[in-house]
Amino acid sequence: MLLSLKVALVATVLVALVGIPLAFFMGRRRFAGKSLLDAVLVVPLVLPPTVVGYLILIALGSRGPVGSLLREAFGYSVVFHWHGAVIASAVVSLPLLYLPAKAAFASVDRDLQDIARLMGASPLQQFWHVSLPLARRGIASGLLLAFARALGEFGATVMVLGDLEGQQTLPISIYNDYLAGDLAAATPGVIVLVAISLGMILVYNRMLSGQRK
Amino acid sequence: MSCRTLASLLVAIASLVAPAPARAQVAGPGGAAGAGAITVSAAVSLKEALTDAAAAYERQTGRRVKLNFGATGHLLAQIRDGAPVDGFVSAAESHMRQANRLKVVEASEPVTFARNALVLIVPADAKAPADGFRSLADGGVRRLAIGQPKTVPAGEYATQVLDRLGLSDRLRERLVFGSSVRQVLDYVQRGEVDAGIVYATDAQHAGDRVKRVATAEASWHDPILYSIAPVTRSARRAEVRQFGDYLTGDGGRAILARHGFEVPATPASTFRPASPASPTSPPSPPAATAPGAMPPAMIAPAATAPAPAGAP
Repeated sequence: MLLSLKVALVATVLVALVGIPLAFFMGRRRFAGKSLLDAVLVVPLVLPPTVVGYLILIALGSRGPVGSLLREAFGYSVVFHWHGAVIASAVVSLPLLYLPAKAAFASVDRDLQDIARLMGASPLQQFWHVSLPLARRGIASGLLLAFARALGEFGATVMVLGDLEGQQTLPISIYNDYLAGDLAAATPGVIVLVAISLGMILVYNRMLSGQRK
Repeated sequence: MSCRTLASLLVAIASLVAPAPARAQVAGPGGAAGAGAITVSAAVSLKEALTDAAAAYERQTGRRVKLNFGATGHLLAQIRDGAPVDGFVSAAESHMRQANRLKVVEASEPVTFARNALVLIVPADAKAPADGFRSLADGGVRRLAIGQPKTVPAGEYATQVLDRLGLSDRLRERLVFGSSVRQVLDYVQRGEVDAGIVYATDAQHAGDRVKRVATAEASWHDPILYSIAPVTRSARRAEVRQFGDYLTGDGGRAILARHGFEVPATPASTFRPASPASPTSPPSPPAATAPGAMPPAMIAPAATAPAPAGAP
């Protein structure tokens, strides 16, 4: 449970740091390959998580281009490490922040940004003082969904994190208990995950209805 | 218009989906005897050997055996939960006994047809590989992969070896559990772990992608015996027994031996009767029957030669 929370929280922070600026600049800049980058960011939403896990292992595994460098230089590997679970969860939940955040930035009145620019605000200042506050509701709801998705991530995580003593996220330990024929042992985890997920969706719905008023 | 398109789309989808359950029922238990293939769930370490054996069996008899491979514990969980399976092949007597306790197979049914050994492997390009089981805890090995002991027999045997050698406590933090013995093999092949414990046949199957550094002594773990039994609720138990007869017969034994498994010397001499009914009798090494029945030469070439037969 604690590992699940830690992984989901760190993954959500990562998603925020990467996703919010990306959503902002993708809405404003035009460049070659933009639609491809956009598709790459969103595609984990529809890809099987096992494919995401596979690609992470190919890139960051001990024989992968990045993974072998890390292993040679620092003896460090994200495989079987909770950092790997964070990366897997973050990749899978990024679209859930990126899409609503992009929509929220797009719905910010262009005039307000133009006024800020005319008043001498730099792009960073426009982002921080105008766009971000006005888009905060869409971003917050996206972050909530991303956190919920990260907490429940299974397919990509189990491939990267593996199955180590005392290092199992809640979904993985539920799966292990089921396979070992011990459904009773899985029950507390199932109840906790259902309760947390339902709670977050209820909050999410309330945020959306608040937005419309 | 769009409504009509949607409706025709739904009809198309339904027609795709509908026949599937009907077909599945024919193959499952309760289907008319002789109609279609029987389904046998088998330990994944037997994958190549049983695939070959089933193909040869079909050529010889015209009867088809559909194989479903996985970790023995996973397969048992599926059957327990009602998977339409006719036969069960376990890589451990402990799981066969559990199958009997779960009323999945009858106590008198399992037929033991092959035996395996446990080996320590390291990645082929390991710079300072572990050189034996006893030195596993002496640094060097930061990650050791074994099968998840709850569901993977190879992990159960590996745990017995580590316990027996007094290494369990020192290695606990370094263990990575594979969800099947083949995942352990994969971890080692990819160099994600420094060493792994798999069956001798898995190491043979991997060829030069892994380096085999030691074989566990048979006394360190329960005997690794493979047995086949018909699932009690299947209507096609007789056909599973026939396939079992084929595996213990000349043809089956030749195929299994080619894939590196130890097999009884003659069709009549099994290692010893598998005893799912008697959990009281400890699974001790089959001292009385096996050494006499087993030509030691049968395991030796398989142990050293890197799969000349060429597993697919």
